Amino acid sequence: MIAPSKQAYSYYPGCSLTSTNRAYDISTRNVARVLGVEMIELEDWNCCGATAYTAISEQHSFVLSARNLALAEKDNRDLVTACAGCYLALHKTNKYFAENRKVRQEIRTALQAGGEDYNGGVRVRHFLDVVVNDLGEEVIEQHVVRRFNGLKVAPYYGCQITRPFGEIDDPDFPRCMDNLLRWIGAEPLDYMMSTKCCGGMLMTTKPEVSRELVGGILGEAKRIGADCISTACPLCQMNLEAYQKKVSRQMKTDCSIPVLYFTQLLGITLGLEPEQVALEDNLTSSEPVIAARSE
Amino acid sequence: MEAVAGEKLKETFLKHIYAIPDGEMIKECQQCGTCSSSCPTASWMDYSPREIIAALRAGMLDRVLKSNTVWLCSSCYSCTVRCPAGIKFTDVMYELKRLGNIYGFVDRSSTTAQMARVFVKTVNRYGRNAEGELMARFFLATNPLAALGQLGLGLRMLLKGRFPLLPHRIKGRKSLKKMIETAQKEV
Repeated sequence: MIAPSKQAYSYYPGCSLTSTNRAYDISTRNVARVLGVEMIELEDWNCCGATAYTAISEQHSFVLSARNLALAEKDNRDLVTACAGCYLALHKTNKYFAENRKVRQEIRTALQAGGEDYNGGVRVRHFLDVVVNDLGEEVIEQHVVRRFNGLKVAPYYGCQITRPFGEIDDPDFPRCMDNLLRWIGAEPLDYMMSTKCCGGMLMTTKPEVSRELVGGILGEAKRIGADCISTACPLCQMNLEAYQKKVSRQMKTDCSIPVLYFTQLLGITLGLEPEQVALEDNLTSSEPVIAARSE
Repeated sequence: MEAVAGEKLKETFLKHIYAIPDGEMIKECQQCGTCSSSCPTASWMDYSPREIIAALRAGMLDRVLKSNTVWLCSSCYSCTVRCPAGIKFTDVMYELKRLGNIYGFVDRSSTTAQMARVFVKTVNRYGRNAEGELMARFFLATNPLAALGQLGLGLRMLLKGRFPLLPHRIKGRKSLKKMIETAQKEV
């Protein structure tokens, strides 16, 4: 099935994509543009609540996410985000709103106090899901102009795209990013750390724990001979790319390897220039990746 | 907050946990340990996820909450998707973090708890997270010297233009504040 040439979504960048991880935002917007997907930024969106707010108050966290859902409902489009953390917070709120009467009532009372309301009419999507399932192989292959020549990629999904609901893909053994990588000429490796946790916020609060988790993820990618790791979450990307020296020291083994967003890898094959996928923002070298694309 | 101990403590905590979505599922725990073996951070925890439920049943949850355990949960949901009894254990962990805060059983050394508190303050102020301010507040509240270890990374980020200097304020701050205050009353 070929998707219509122009599809429109509401786009939720999320806080992290507006500053430290803007490369993910830039590459996502440009990839969407080239693929003919219209992404209209949700007007005046707020923080989704993330994991940290939930640890203090679940109700407030639900209300934060629900305000975004209420704003999106007015536009009557699927709400798409590329951040795995935002995806889960928004999606979980949406699910619990639909399934739990008490949660639903609390959310609606709070929203109404601020002059908004929500009726459960929004679908929350991750950009990876949109690319792989709404567009699919045929559309992607039509748009690819410079395939990779067998670039070996360790597909890293992290936690929050497939868990806990397993709707986009299997919670433990997802394949969707593997498929996408294959469509653009890369070779997705059989990577047993693909859904293991990087520690998330623990990299800041308990670095010795998170560094060991990241060490396992980077070390396994190196062991299986990956040229790079592909991510779909800004926090995973940051944890995997920014601490490689410290991780190598703690693990007593070399853990240096390029780490890129899946949107950067995809964008390169769609003919986007390195700056259009913000490669210069990355803290690891993208040279092996650039070298592997065909003319 | 009221002083609670022993059986009363157990009843109070169970009541809270039963009140979260599908919270009553913890009655179905058979102590199989799938949660503990799936947990990426269990080896650093004073009590494993399986032991937490055992402690809860035994009325010894205060010990767990005072330990480093719950704040080591990174919210990866591995336990939740694998639990054969259908317990949403990640949600239970979140509730335990909140109960520790409410009843004053918090691991004093937990920097993750501090991070959660400064995160809430930052988001309440702007409607969005301001990562630069969050980090500054976090290191001031925990260990300012530890920030030195982040200087190199901070500088690299600054040179790449990735360092967040100014917070973004949403337009609907007043409306959001009313929403948050209304939800507060429900607690």
